Amino acid sequence: MRSRQAIALFALVGFFVALYLWLHALGVGGTLKCGTGACETVQTSRWAVFLGLPVALYGVVGYLLIFVVAVVALRPAALAERRWNALLAGLSTIGVLFTAWLTYLELFVIHAICRWCVGSAVIITATWIVAVLSLRSPALRTDPAASPLPRDRPA
Amino acid sequence: MNRFYVVLAVLAVVLGITLFVLLRPSSGAAKAAAGPPPSVVDDGFRGYTLGVGDPVVEITEYSDFECPFCANFATIQMPTIKEQLINTGKVRWRFRDFPLPSHRYSRYAAHAAQCAGEQGKFWDMHDQLFYHHQWAQTGKDPSALFRDFAKTIGLDPQRYEACMTAGRFASRIEFSRQEGDRLLVNGTPTFFINGKMFNGSRATSDTFKAIADSIIAHTPPAPRAPAHH
Repeated sequence: MRSRQAIALFALVGFFVALYLWLHALGVGGTLKCGTGACETVQTSRWAVFLGLPVALYGVVGYLLIFVVAVVALRPAALAERRWNALLAGLSTIGVLFTAWLTYLELFVIHAICRWCVGSAVIITATWIVAVLSLRSPALRTDPAASPLPRDRPA
Repeated sequence: MNRFYVVLAVLAVVLGITLFVLLRPSSGAAKAAAGPPPSVVDDGFRGYTLGVGDPVVEITEYSDFECPFCANFATIQMPTIKEQLINTGKVRWRFRDFPLPSHRYSRYAAHAAQCAGEQGKFWDMHDQLFYHHQWAQTGKDPSALFRDFAKTIGLDPQRYEACMTAGRFASRIEFSRQEGDRLLVNGTPTFFINGKMFNGSRATSDTFKAIADSIIAHTPPAPRAPAHH
């Protein structure tokens, strides 16, 4: 349960980071607040668009999906179901691979680093680590035989 | 469990407020650098040049950093021109600003190049502006991107910022534009080859090579100093 809660929190933060970059790509607001990074160089490069859509939009959709799955998996009825862990691990793996490709482009093709992208990379990597570790953790036991509930002892 | 949803809701509100603050429009492109100056003064500057030696051919280019033809010319034709004509000492190339009124940020871009020129890096900024020309198609405030360019080419960021905020070269850019007006420049890029207008906005490097070679072939060699016996 803890891992799903952590994933939901990470995904929520990641969603807002991606939302900021996507709204900026749509022309909402002023310049990107980037500190010492080179966000505009990255965001205006031709790599900022993938299959005709801003890269940040994939982030918005991806994080939202992970968030929704994590929250749904937190329902009491779903807590014991391990398939949710597998689904979260699968989604975050796609995210981490996509992010790895984008980070490669930043470092070796665009030669500029966007702090927000680095932030998102850290978030999705943390999500992925938690999701993968959750696959190894034992399932929540609901079988009374396996996890005996306290019973009244005979006097 | 309920406590977790409270944490989630509080976090969402905090992040939403942060997003709202981040999206508030900033001061953006400095007005002094983005618009025409209140008055125009001739500071004696006649454009940055490229070239070696004392070539017999001088080509002056009136250009606009936001103009797509100028970007095509700078990125496609100019490398060959540099290699064949400028670096070989055949041609001196002079760059003059001619920001078109239809382009929102061309004065601002010209100003960024001048502020880079103040630090000895005009041509580096010229290349940044033309080789990353996506900024000219988005219509968005490019001030942060130009700041990135300044960092990339190694400008002192504080000097660059002060130059842009003050609009230090706005008058110089307007002087160049008015000069273009007087010479009947009506589009960009427009070239003057040894002072004669050549409206070759789609000319290739081969065209310039042919013209330069022709001028050189028809120019009598400079008289040699008399030999002393």
